[in-house]
Amino acid sequence: MRWLEYLVFLVIVLGLARPVGLYLARVCQRQRTFLDPALHPVESLLYRMLGVRPEQEMSAGVYFICFLLFGVGCTIVLFLVLISQRWLPGGPADTYLTTPMTTDLAANTAVSFTTTTTWQAYGGENTLRYLAQVIGLVAQNFLAGAAGLAVGFAFIRGIAREHSATVGNFWVDLIRSLLWVVLPVTLVGSLVLIWQGVPLNMAPYTLVHTLEGRTQTIAQGPVAALEFIKNLGTNGGGFFNANGAHPYANPTPLTNFLGMLAIAVMPASLMITFGHMTHRPAAGWVLLMVMVALFVVGLVVCNWAETAPPPQLAGLHIVGGNMEGKEVRFGVGESVLTAIVTSNTSTGSYNSMYDSYQPLGVLVLLVFMLLGEVVFGGLGAGVYSIVMFALVSVFLGGLMVGRTPEYLGKKISSAETRWIVLYALITPAVVLVLTGIAIVTDAGRAGLVTNFGPRGLAEILFAYASCMANNGQAMAGLNANSVFYNDTTAIAMLVGRYGLAALALMLSGRFAAQRRAPTTAGTLPSDTPIFGALVFGTIVLVGAMCYFPALALGPIMEFLGH
Amino acid sequence: MLNITVSLVGTILIESPNWKIPANMSDSDEPAEITSQCASPRAPRARLSEQLRPAILSVLVLTLLTGCVFPLLLFAIARPLLPRQAGGTLVTRGAAVIGSELIGQEFTRPEYFQSRPSAAGSGYDGTSSGGTNLGPNNPKLMNGAADFAGIRQLAEEYRKRNGLASDAPIPIDAVTRSGSGLDPDITPANAELQISRVARARGLSEQAVRRLVANHTKGPQFGFLGNPRVSVLELNLALDQSLNQAAPPTLR
Repeated sequence: MRWLEYLVFLVIVLGLARPVGLYLARVCQRQRTFLDPALHPVESLLYRMLGVRPEQEMSAGVYFICFLLFGVGCTIVLFLVLISQRWLPGGPADTYLTTPMTTDLAANTAVSFTTTTTWQAYGGENTLRYLAQVIGLVAQNFLAGAAGLAVGFAFIRGIAREHSATVGNFWVDLIRSLLWVVLPVTLVGSLVLIWQGVPLNMAPYTLVHTLEGRTQTIAQGPVAALEFIKNLGTNGGGFFNANGAHPYANPTPLTNFLGMLAIAVMPASLMITFGHMTHRPAAGWVLLMVMVALFVVGLVVCNWAETAPPPQLAGLHIVGGNMEGKEVRFGVGESVLTAIVTSNTSTGSYNSMYDSYQPLGVLVLLVFMLLGEVVFGGLGAGVYSIVMFALVSVFLGGLMVGRTPEYLGKKISSAETRWIVLYALITPAVVLVLTGIAIVTDAGRAGLVTNFGPRGLAEILFAYASCMANNGQAMAGLNANSVFYNDTTAIAMLVGRYGLAALALMLSGRFAAQRRAPTTAGTLPSDTPIFGALVFGTIVLVGAMCYFPALALGPIMEFLGH
Repeated sequence: MLNITVSLVGTILIESPNWKIPANMSDSDEPAEITSQCASPRAPRARLSEQLRPAILSVLVLTLLTGCVFPLLLFAIARPLLPRQAGGTLVTRGAAVIGSELIGQEFTRPEYFQSRPSAAGSGYDGTSSGGTNLGPNNPKLMNGAADFAGIRQLAEEYRKRNGLASDAPIPIDAVTRSGSGLDPDITPANAELQISRVARARGLSEQAVRRLVANHTKGPQFGFLGNPRVSVLELNLALDQSLNQAAPPTLR
């Protein structure tokens, strides 16, 4: 049954990739779609209101600065909403809000939600007011997701164009992403979630008298407004502390499955958009197949680690896979599928507790985040994550067989190589340095309140990998609501969002200016299975070279030592 | 590294001279010299200085659109259409709210089926969802601590409560805590092992209780999604209702 579910998931993702990818291409290229009659007037109105001149085009530099300005503006607004939430009307009652909204927590949360990281150093039901969740977090889930998609569009355009000094208009891409993609899908998806039982109310927490006559207080709220967009925008931060494990956030296997599709379908489809717009459909499919291959490897390993009877329970006559931290309605199967999907797509809307995973299970999730979310990846960001690896592969392949390093007709000269290498090195540099600082300082080690030893190291590495990948999922045993972690994780989130996007956009600007070189016998073909295997190998090799020592001291040591 | 950083910042701010386009972006309202495949081949270039207004306005207007208009629209559609779900799928008996169909609650009396152990607050605290976050090799998970029952102890208690032999196999969901601490369900295998205890406490035949369990066992959704499960609150409510004569008198 588990395998059937995995299979159906992949079939749906791959089946939708082409239609959705072509639709996204139409949105990106401002071509007609069936939604135009309804949305065109809104689009024009927004351009007039915001002072956007949609006919103007931006260079990669201006495009990036607009993306940055928009991010900064959103961060400021969200920070102000969070820090002033005590004056917002509506529930829940103050007595339940036990975690104070300190300045550093508000700043961390503001950065986190505007970078699609949605790392949460707090528990929703005992920190935030309903209106702070809606006006603050729901809005940023939309905006950060749509802004990411816009950058993805610009990156694709850069490779698709020739002799062009520009890569598009950020405001146009942002507004079209919101109106044509994110908002309508979210409206329909949210209604399905409510139908399945996700609450949408502003009621005070419900006091109930249970069947046995005890009292139980149940947190309520406008949960459904957040729970679909958190997945579609590849954000992932939940309404409640337990995120997707909470029965109100994720009441049925169907809501979970839909959430996983909401996460994976669009990033996967963007590979088809990429192939379509660069007029090399096969190149898009090859990269998508590399993603699927990595996905399947991770799924098989994690599935094996978690469905095996936990070795720690040997001799106790306890039957079944590892259910600690997992919900019965999902079982091990849907929990593992969700873990693999969220780890791969910078989403982090976990429905089981990763700190309770077996060492090999943790290893898989950690590796996927450290690789930089190449499998499907974040909305928009996934395109440049995988293409960067394709470019490294082209370079390595070119060196090996003595062919000109070229990708889709774009020459990779020393200047381009510099951006690519910087892109590849920035994640290990930030993650490993911050992890190093955390484990040698008292402030960093103070976060280890639940687990120690190799698992403690894994928790810290997981935290920075998650923030750098703009993922946001945590091994929640780490107490990360301290000034040290709120500040250092925010650094990782900012570099992971704006640093990587800057490099990707700069590169795409350079490609846009180039002409497309004709394919010759000296060209390494980039739309063959062999190239796919080369990209796969490069991803594994680069990942292993950067992270093996850290992983060896964490999950691998825990696996071997017990 | 510093060199690279400087050149990165430089490139973003003044653009790469390799592009052979004017570095000064403010005088580029005229058509770009080299364009093709653009939305329009003679598309005017956007000036950096003109982007501050859209930046500020778009943050405000789009926040209103997605953070206020969207939720209000969702409320307007969902509240009349799906009032029960929107309200949290609460279960009432008479005038009293006795729980939510979706949220697990704690049961300790022998005449009720029991939920999984919980790490939410002091157990099934609906305002404090969460799991143990203990690693599988953390000794506390197995052996427990002063205020925390380890898996060993939970297994021993479960066997004692249900009259099982000390080496009788038990399903793992009975001795592990869920991710939310509010798991409303148990596995059918877990329910099966509790049947004889519940039947005895209520003076019923095991067959009658087993039938009720079977009636309240949900298979995978649409035949392939998720796991078979038994909702504990639903089952216990059904026990009280359909077998009312045998219900203990202390019940509210």
